[in-house]
Amino acid sequence: MVTNITNFGRSGLSDWLIQRVSAVILALYTLFIVLYLLFNPGLDYATWSGLFAQTWMRIFSLLAFVSLSAHAWVGLWTVTTDYIKPTGIRVGAQTVIILAIFVFLVWGIQILWGA
Amino acid sequence: MLQVSIYRYNPETDSAPYMQEFQVDTQGRDIMVLDVLHLMKEQDNGLAYRRSCREGVCGSDGMNMNGKNGLACITPLSEVVKNGKLALRPLPGLPVIRDLVVDMGLFYKQYERIQPYLQNDTPAPAIERLQSPEDRDKLDGLYECILCACCSTSCPSFWWNPDKFVGPAGLLQSYRFLADSRDTATRERLSELEDPFSVFRCRGIMNCVAVCPKGLNPTRAIGKIRDMLLANAT
Amino acid sequence: MSNLRSLSFDAIIIGGGGAGLRAALELAKSGKKTAVLSKVFPTRSHTVSAQGGITCAIASADPDDDWRWHMYDTVKGGDYIADQDAAEYMCSEGPKAVFELEHMGLPFSRFDNGRIYQRPFGGQSKDFGAGGQAARTCAAADRTGHALLHTLYQNNLKNNTTFLNEWYAVDLVKNANGDVVGCIAMDIETGEVVHVKSKATVLATGGAGRIYASTTNALINTGDGIGMALRAGFPMQDMEMWQFHPTGIYGAGTLVTEGCRGEGGYLVNKDGERFMERYAPNAKDLAGRDVVARSMVMEILEGRGCGEHGDHVFLKLDHLGEEVLGKRLPGIVELSKTFAHVDPAKEPIPVVPTCHYMMGGIPTNVHGQAIMQDADGNDQIVNGLFACGEAACVSVHGANRLGGNSLLDLVVFGRAAGMFIEGALNEGIEYLDATESDIESAMKRMNRWNESEGGETVPELKRALQNIMQNSFGVFREEENMQKGVGQLAELRERIANAYLPDKTNAFNTARVEALELDNLMEVAEATAISALERKESRGAHSRYDYPDRDDVNWLKHSLYFPADKRLAKRDVNFTPKTVDTFEPKVRTY
Repeated sequence: MVTNITNFGRSGLSDWLIQRVSAVILALYTLFIVLYLLFNPGLDYATWSGLFAQTWMRIFSLLAFVSLSAHAWVGLWTVTTDYIKPTGIRVGAQTVIILAIFVFLVWGIQILWGA
Repeated sequence: MLQVSIYRYNPETDSAPYMQEFQVDTQGRDIMVLDVLHLMKEQDNGLAYRRSCREGVCGSDGMNMNGKNGLACITPLSEVVKNGKLALRPLPGLPVIRDLVVDMGLFYKQYERIQPYLQNDTPAPAIERLQSPEDRDKLDGLYECILCACCSTSCPSFWWNPDKFVGPAGLLQSYRFLADSRDTATRERLSELEDPFSVFRCRGIMNCVAVCPKGLNPTRAIGKIRDMLLANAT
Repeated sequence: MSNLRSLSFDAIIIGGGGAGLRAALELAKSGKKTAVLSKVFPTRSHTVSAQGGITCAIASADPDDDWRWHMYDTVKGGDYIADQDAAEYMCSEGPKAVFELEHMGLPFSRFDNGRIYQRPFGGQSKDFGAGGQAARTCAAADRTGHALLHTLYQNNLKNNTTFLNEWYAVDLVKNANGDVVGCIAMDIETGEVVHVKSKATVLATGGAGRIYASTTNALINTGDGIGMALRAGFPMQDMEMWQFHPTGIYGAGTLVTEGCRGEGGYLVNKDGERFMERYAPNAKDLAGRDVVARSMVMEILEGRGCGEHGDHVFLKLDHLGEEVLGKRLPGIVELSKTFAHVDPAKEPIPVVPTCHYMMGGIPTNVHGQAIMQDADGNDQIVNGLFACGEAACVSVHGANRLGGNSLLDLVVFGRAAGMFIEGALNEGIEYLDATESDIESAMKRMNRWNESEGGETVPELKRALQNIMQNSFGVFREEENMQKGVGQLAELRERIANAYLPDKTNAFNTARVEALELDNLMEVAEATAISALERKESRGAHSRYDYPDRDDVNWLKHSLYFPADKRLAKRDVNFTPKTVDTFEPKVRTY
């Protein structure tokens, strides 16, 4: 068993599962948005804002944001462990990635619920 | 005349590896790559490569032939030569000792890590342990591995993390014991594999399947291990 | 040369094939300081190529099977110069050894009732030859050797055996009393030469089929242990007895298992005739290997061979159907396609008798202790030296080995040697240390090659040796031709003594290894040639045109070749098994 402390789920199995579940959520969210745009060709600000004013859409969007964050963390963590061999640079890169993901997530929540 | 370009490196005399050109007279026959190496070794006795059974069961002569890993002894020229040329290189991703001879230490270490032996904590009977033909069939496609390392050294995940990712060969053997109805250490075996590297570095690109000289399918075995891990932990 | 680094072990096992690994496993379990020294990574050893199975009366196919029947077959198969106490030991201990392998995880094929699958092999009978064909060969499809070797390696890993992989044993080190106290060995990767000290040195170096131009043997089968023992002055037993396997793939020499015929395949000549019915009316294609090989050569010599040159026969399997071939003989289907360009489900495989197995070797007792003769012709144990597997001549195979008996030989006598050495170490072994000059004399030939400054090179000399053996010591032998061969070998020995090693670098120098191997091939070839010339009869695998009959009056004996004066002596065959009546020599028919 190889030990790890910077990966998302602390276990390869949970990372693997999270990666797949989050991918499904992101796919559904993307599909929904694409279809919504297709069926609303003359989209204006009021309609778009109205969509995001509904609670179910906010929950759905938050779920997608969280999924995206987890998905990115798992994926980028893997990339850093594959390609960045010096430990200092790798931990640094991982810290930057985690912070960025955190910032984007909080920012996203603020946009969703802030207005 | 066959033009062979071969990777040469002798740590005592060469500062860096280089490719050397040979002209080999195959007399127009469709011989095996290993036979070509024999002919080259008669020209240059210092050429180093491993070989033993010369029939594809010992796994000594895994090498990279025109960009693809395989066993030299069962690869006829007609299968690899392109435009009358053959390039021979050591298996990629492992340290080179000399010419085509690589240091297989990391590969063997990953094999040893999966505890490649039957574990059964019940007392052995006076005769053999019984196993149904159906249960025995589950080992087909697994136990035949010859440890030639063609698969693991064609796997990018193994190139990047040969110290942490077990690699296709080791995982195929891991599943060989997980699938054996006589083995009772399933739980312990699985708990050693659930970290993010040992199994989960497999990205399913199936390079291993494409090169296995015995026609085995490590990717499928890895999928089965993942299924077992999932079933065990959820 | 006190600058040699030395390593010390209780027991050193030279050779990582089935016999070596089985002996090592026994010793590793006992906690003795043991190392396996092998010139290849252990799973590259030639045991891996064994296909058909391991013959043993485990009473699976036939619940009434009896190890005594197996012993009878073995003694008869060996044309009555197998030692009956040894055959008794092997056949009676066999089931234990096979069940142990199964418990270690060997993936045997199975019958519906869950027991180990057994198939018929040549020379097998029930009820001491009276009950018809038996099915006694335990199999893991047609990859039994592979499965066995990997299982043994895996269990050695489990028991933390020390491995010196890719190390080459150069020569034995003897002390002033003539006891074997270790060896000189070279780490192939670095070229470092080391003095390995050991209280027990086990030669498990396998066969030497590479003395012939055409052989089923791996390229590594160069008789290293035989060469070392001969150079150390120890005698070799029954070296004229070389088995030619009936079914080597024509042209390539790769083996096609006897299991093909066990599963129902048979040989045909160019007329499509199943000719074995003429030579062996009862056992047909499953007669002893020597009988089948000779019959094939007769067909070819009498103009009924197949192909453009009429120089081979066909092995027919297509009638078995794809399902049986896929299930029971998958490896053969692969090999045929690769090396004969033939799909056995559709066409027959071109085959020809091919050198396969050395029945002779280092004479030992059932404990693996090497034996020599004193001045009065009495057996004498060689202190410190052991042998098992193909390198040893216990002798259970006599003049002709039965199919499936070699894997059994490996595990039974590997295990026996391990157990005996463990006991001896417990009782305490003390031999004189080797002196500087003892080590120096073991370094001689290594130094010779390293100092060589010109002359013929190894590949051409090796080819010359193989051609001499192929031409003069093949399936059929005859005085004049063998005399010629012996003369050519004597000449070749001189040439080899002056041969040249151009590459003297240290890192993984395979040219040096091949040079050292050539010396061993030379030793084996000469022992074979002189033994074959001197045994003036036909028995088992040794058939002479000029002496076509078995001569029990003069030659119901082992031959014993002494290297110092290239002399052939005789040694008594054991006819006193402990628990069964002696099998008296009878005319051997199948």
